[in-house]
Amino acid sequence: MKFTWFNLMPWPHLPEDFRETHRSVWVDIPSSLYDPVKGHEVYNTYLDQLEYAESLGFDGIGVNEHHANAYGLMPSPNIMAATLARRTSKAALVVLGNSIALYNPPIRVAEEFAMLDVISGGRLVAGFPVGTSMDTNYVYGQIPALTREKYAEAHDLIMRAWKEDEPFSFNGRYTQLRYANCWPKPIQSPRPPVFIPGGGSIETYDFCIENDYAYSYLSFTGYKRAQLLMDGFWDRVDEMGADRSPYRAGFAQTICVAETDAEAKELYAEHVNYFFNRCLHVYPGYADAPGYRTIKTIKKGALSQYTRSSLGALGKLTWEELVADGHIIAGSPETVVRQMKELITGLKVGNIFCLLHIGNMTNEKTMLSSRLFAEEVMPHLQNMWPEWEHDERFWIHPLEDRLEPTVPLATAGGTV
Amino acid sequence: MATQTTTTRMLEIGNGRAPVEVWEAGEGADLVYLHGAGGLMPDDRFFQALAGQFRVHAPLLPGYGNSEGEDALKDMLDTTLHTGDVIDALGLTGKPLVGHSMGGMIAAELAALAPNDVEQLALIAPAGLWLDDHPVEDLFAKLPFELPALLFHDVALGESLMTAGLDLEDPEFLAAFLITSARRLGMAGKLLFPIPDRGLRLRLYRIKAKTLIVWGESDRLIKPLYGEAFAAAIPNSELKMVPEAGHLVTHEKSEKVVDAIATLVNAA
Repeated sequence: MKFTWFNLMPWPHLPEDFRETHRSVWVDIPSSLYDPVKGHEVYNTYLDQLEYAESLGFDGIGVNEHHANAYGLMPSPNIMAATLARRTSKAALVVLGNSIALYNPPIRVAEEFAMLDVISGGRLVAGFPVGTSMDTNYVYGQIPALTREKYAEAHDLIMRAWKEDEPFSFNGRYTQLRYANCWPKPIQSPRPPVFIPGGGSIETYDFCIENDYAYSYLSFTGYKRAQLLMDGFWDRVDEMGADRSPYRAGFAQTICVAETDAEAKELYAEHVNYFFNRCLHVYPGYADAPGYRTIKTIKKGALSQYTRSSLGALGKLTWEELVADGHIIAGSPETVVRQMKELITGLKVGNIFCLLHIGNMTNEKTMLSSRLFAEEVMPHLQNMWPEWEHDERFWIHPLEDRLEPTVPLATAGGTV
Repeated sequence: MATQTTTTRMLEIGNGRAPVEVWEAGEGADLVYLHGAGGLMPDDRFFQALAGQFRVHAPLLPGYGNSEGEDALKDMLDTTLHTGDVIDALGLTGKPLVGHSMGGMIAAELAALAPNDVEQLALIAPAGLWLDDHPVEDLFAKLPFELPALLFHDVALGESLMTAGLDLEDPEFLAAFLITSARRLGMAGKLLFPIPDRGLRLRLYRIKAKTLIVWGESDRLIKPLYGEAFAAAIPNSELKMVPEAGHLVTHEKSEKVVDAIATLVNAA
């Protein structure tokens, strides 16, 4: 199993009546709600937590990309990953990922990911999301019906830029480069492991299976509701004649660990409520720009998790209902181990993106929940897929001999 | 108003491209009508009103109804040339050209691109310009139930026309609506998203056609000021404002709009 500690980096200071006074946490939320001075502490605390997660033994630490979004404060995930590359030495840097249709020209992503891979000694996991409609269409202005085509072209350019040893010409519809020439190249050759976030479109299943990319289902509605979608993925794996390595797939899960089930509620319920009530308050008009999803996917009924009904409903659920429905996995280490086993075997996934910081959770509680998960839950989940123990296709291959993050510091006040 | 019998057919346009659905009705002088982003409604009352005075031909843009091949149309130029080809295949080049909203934008582009092919042009609340101080509303971020108030002066009339009596809260109707809307507005987005400006302003001076511009005084989607901007940019043009009508002035004041078009055409 590979456990990645993931922080969405929510803004923790949304007002109590946010839901009533604002129509969306995303796209048109006024930036007057953001306070850069408080933001200084927020960013640095969140980065501390990611570094702490490495010291706890998590296999990876994860960041992602959102725009004009108060629950995801990382418009540039590569900046976050760059700070982590210098302050950590073991964990995979899971950048999940860069929305490649938004970079102009997209060879920028090939370059920056290569930089991260080289600085970190080959620890990069490269994520390539199509991007949500909120980010990609509404905030970054991409034409919905052309977004997937632009994404596919950017993907082809990036992969080729990593592979080719000579400059080449690239004549795309969205990008034309006379001299495509990626300096530096990534350490992991020909490419770092690639994770593709997906939300149920059959085209994405095929794309992952054909290329040996890990399909990553980033849902906030929990593992029980993910069953149908992940079954669809594994059916497709079988249809396409690929092997059933659990590392082909990953799942994001909100997790809260305390000494007892009762303590979990006492410690974390308010923060979970903040997340589901305020952070996920997205105006449904921004959920799916017409043309963003393929007709095939709409017909399959795989509509967004951001529909009005599902969102409204989530905000109203009690702690007990959220736990019972598996939206969150919460409780004592024993409870969490049991539910994590259900998740892992049910969805057949080898990668877990652990959402252990939730909403406006304090640093102390985040560290407690993360430590209990690492020390008392993870050890019981290590040997879930013994027959795939040596499957190395979907994880990082760092340099054996890589540098540690140590810096010779000048003596305070001293001169040489 | 007597209902005109509407015929629909699939028109071949050649060069390996998908055929185009064309609605036709009425008697009299030929006229081409380009629909807006919402397409033609069932028993479309503006189409019917046009057919009361003209032989009207309304091709559906790819992505609408049975017109396919929208994947091949990526941008404004593709779409404008495609429309020119359709009119050519209909044998109607040079006949009066009428467009509403997105259709008005395409008609204006065509008249600017091929100024000698369009002699009479009617633009009804056309898209295609952008005024920073009066932004066009974001049609693409609206929920179905929000549309009538955006598009109509008479909201109750709008609701009944847009749903044809069906319930937007009914999940099955909503699912069908979403698929149709994704196809239509997916195509429309290539011309209108995120800002409905593809540089038309710089080309409007080329239009030679005698041009009628019509605007509903209560248009909330594209404010009436845009009518003045079009009138100022198109050399031989006249602006007609229609009271108590929204963006779908075509449907709220059909007769007034058609009479104005008839005046334009008969003046020739």
